[in-house]
Amino acid sequence: MLNQSQVERLDAEAVNSAKTRQPLYAARKKIFPKRASGRFRRFKWLVMAITLGIYYLTPWLRWYRGPFAPDQAVLIDLANRRFYFFFIEIWPQEFYYVAGLLMMAGVGLFLITSTVGRAWCGYTCPQTVWVDLFLVVEGAIEGDRIARMELDAAPWSVCKLFLRITKHAVWLVIAVVTGGAWIFYFADAPKLLGEVVAGTAAPVAYATIAVLTGTTYVFGGLVREQVCTYMCPWPRIQAAMLDENSLTVTYNDWRGEPRSRHAKKALAAGLPAGDCVDCNACVAVCPMGIDIRYGQQLECITCALCIDACDGVMDKLGRERGLISYATLADYNANMAVATAGGVSPVSPALVRTAGGTFVEGLTHFHRGKIFRLRTYIYLGAWSAIGLVLVYSLLTRERLELNVLHDRNPQFVTLSDGSIRNGYTVKLLNMIPEPRTIKVMLQGLEGGEMSIVGVDQPPSRSFPIAVEPDRLKVLKVFVRQPTDRIKEPAQSFEFRIEDQASSEAAEYTASFNAPEKSK
Amino acid sequence: MSSEHVDEISGVTTTGHEWDGIKELNNPLPRWWVITFYITIAWALAYTIAYPAWPMLSSATKGALGFSSRNDVKNEMAAAEAAKAKYVTAIKSKTVSEIAADDTLREFAVAAGGAAFKVNCVQCHGSGAQGSTDFPNLNDDDWLWGGKTEQIEQTITHGIRFPPDADTRQSEMPAFADVLKPGQVAQVSAFVVSLSGPVRDKSLIEPGAKVFADNCAACHGENAKGNRDIGAPDLTDAIWLHGSGEAAIASQVRAPKSGVMPAWVGRLGETTVKELAVYVHSLGGGE
Repeated sequence: MLNQSQVERLDAEAVNSAKTRQPLYAARKKIFPKRASGRFRRFKWLVMAITLGIYYLTPWLRWYRGPFAPDQAVLIDLANRRFYFFFIEIWPQEFYYVAGLLMMAGVGLFLITSTVGRAWCGYTCPQTVWVDLFLVVEGAIEGDRIARMELDAAPWSVCKLFLRITKHAVWLVIAVVTGGAWIFYFADAPKLLGEVVAGTAAPVAYATIAVLTGTTYVFGGLVREQVCTYMCPWPRIQAAMLDENSLTVTYNDWRGEPRSRHAKKALAAGLPAGDCVDCNACVAVCPMGIDIRYGQQLECITCALCIDACDGVMDKLGRERGLISYATLADYNANMAVATAGGVSPVSPALVRTAGGTFVEGLTHFHRGKIFRLRTYIYLGAWSAIGLVLVYSLLTRERLELNVLHDRNPQFVTLSDGSIRNGYTVKLLNMIPEPRTIKVMLQGLEGGEMSIVGVDQPPSRSFPIAVEPDRLKVLKVFVRQPTDRIKEPAQSFEFRIEDQASSEAAEYTASFNAPEKSK
Repeated sequence: MSSEHVDEISGVTTTGHEWDGIKELNNPLPRWWVITFYITIAWALAYTIAYPAWPMLSSATKGALGFSSRNDVKNEMAAAEAAKAKYVTAIKSKTVSEIAADDTLREFAVAAGGAAFKVNCVQCHGSGAQGSTDFPNLNDDDWLWGGKTEQIEQTITHGIRFPPDADTRQSEMPAFADVLKPGQVAQVSAFVVSLSGPVRDKSLIEPGAKVFADNCAACHGENAKGNRDIGAPDLTDAIWLHGSGEAAIASQVRAPKSGVMPAWVGRLGETTVKELAVYVHSLGGGE
């Protein structure tokens, strides 16, 4: 006989049973952003035109540097290890300028983020700009939000197929042009374009175009907002840099709530009604697919298109703009305190507006003055300081340099007449795109004379050396000193180089070694 | 999905797992992420098929593409050889003087010769070619057998006192221990030192000069400047292969040491010997 009371009942649960099993993945819900219009949209058009213009056109700018250097204004010449930026030419050992620019970019990001929030994300990030561009194409071919949603839901037809193929074809053209523009920064643009078209360019050029075409098409056309939400570390980092005085796109629920689709009816019924009519215009335009009325969210790139959408609605309703506005958390909290009587009651329009319909005194969407504060000035100071150091060092940098490497093995050689010889590898850096004749001289080292391998001239204390434009000249120099002039085992002396045409000069202190007992 | 597994704060369902009050939220991955994950798995599998990977009993699978890092090295070495070919051909067909006169060829020969030197010559001549006692310094301007590029080439090709090579440079200083009296050895040593520096007892110089004229001048020359045809060193300069000073010279007079250098042409071939000659000539003492 089965005695059920002897069997312990286990507190177990089949977490993976079909009943409770979770989906392995979430399919992406498509977003069909509606075209917004307004001041922020206009500003974004402008930013888009400028940033895309810079990207596509910069390699085609010319800048004449004389017959011995390329005339491309911005050129990263990897083969010759030179970087040209208008009137600036950078050699690899001057890479600290680039490091300095990166530091400025980093501090600049702090500065921008601490004041105007995620402005980088919303306006200038390449992902945002190219998605915007791809959306323009999508809108032009498939129509605005409603038309696109209908097309997406419609069964496949010749018409749908045609629209889709057209859209993806245009996207691919943009992607190819984008990938193609990149390579022109690394070689003479007109020449490279000819080679690319003729099929004679280097394989790495085609590989680069292919990779960047792929990333542009996939990220700009297909993946879009998921790049920002899932792939990009920036939103996480930037969120950490925001504080209560940073501007964010804010739904001002102190004036919007309680929201109502039937405000007039509500008012007639004696119920409170805020400014928000729950029209969802802000949601429809959002390229990230969020509802800003839930407050600040990780996904929000602060593109401000919801502000444009809401302002349009407020204009129609005859209310003040700014139900959704740029605001700081501090402003928002202060306003909320007023609207909720210090947090004791729900948001009440009666506390926000006077009988005449205007805001009560002290309510403002945001105070401009507050976004500039000590933190901002410190960032600005650091950013400017780095910039000034860079500019100063750029203006005072040498274009004629000298490096000397003393032979270590052997350190010295005793010659048959008893004199001592030391060998040096001397490098002359002619950092301007013009040929120069550089005078190489010995300073100090009494009685010392040098001879230079490959230069047909009797030993002397001075040699004129021709150096090619924008090149390094390596010389093997032997210096010898008679025994009776040697003062100590290690004597210090200078190599000096002079360009007599420009009076530029450089010196390098070297050591001359002799055996301990030189007599 | 049972409603009891929903996180109150986030409104997200949990997996039902709980550790010390911490629950695991169940946020599903985006689909593209999952697909990417599967693609990487497929890629990894395909990779192990395409390339050598799976360990078998005696060796690993060879891979469908036939890749081997050994072949890669072979190809790279062949490419490097091919890149050098035009210089090597030119060096083969030219004399060492012609090579030294051509900037590009000289640069190539100095680099190649330097590499060969590091392998074959440093054992005696030192890594900086600076030599040591009994082993000549190749940086200086004192040459027993001549410092012109051709002469250096000749020395490297056939060696010095190297019997297997018929054309080797040959000379031998006789031992004077039985020929000269000990006093005469001291005198001639003092004389030789006096040619390039001070001596302790100047009275030895004059008789030493006579001993020298009678016994040494035949090879070292009347003015003691040496004779390169027979490798007799210049005794008036500051460079002493077997040590300087009266004691070292006396020892060399009584029982001379004579170094041996092997002939290298059989082992290294003419091209490398030419490169070595140009390299040694470039060290600063070449004539």
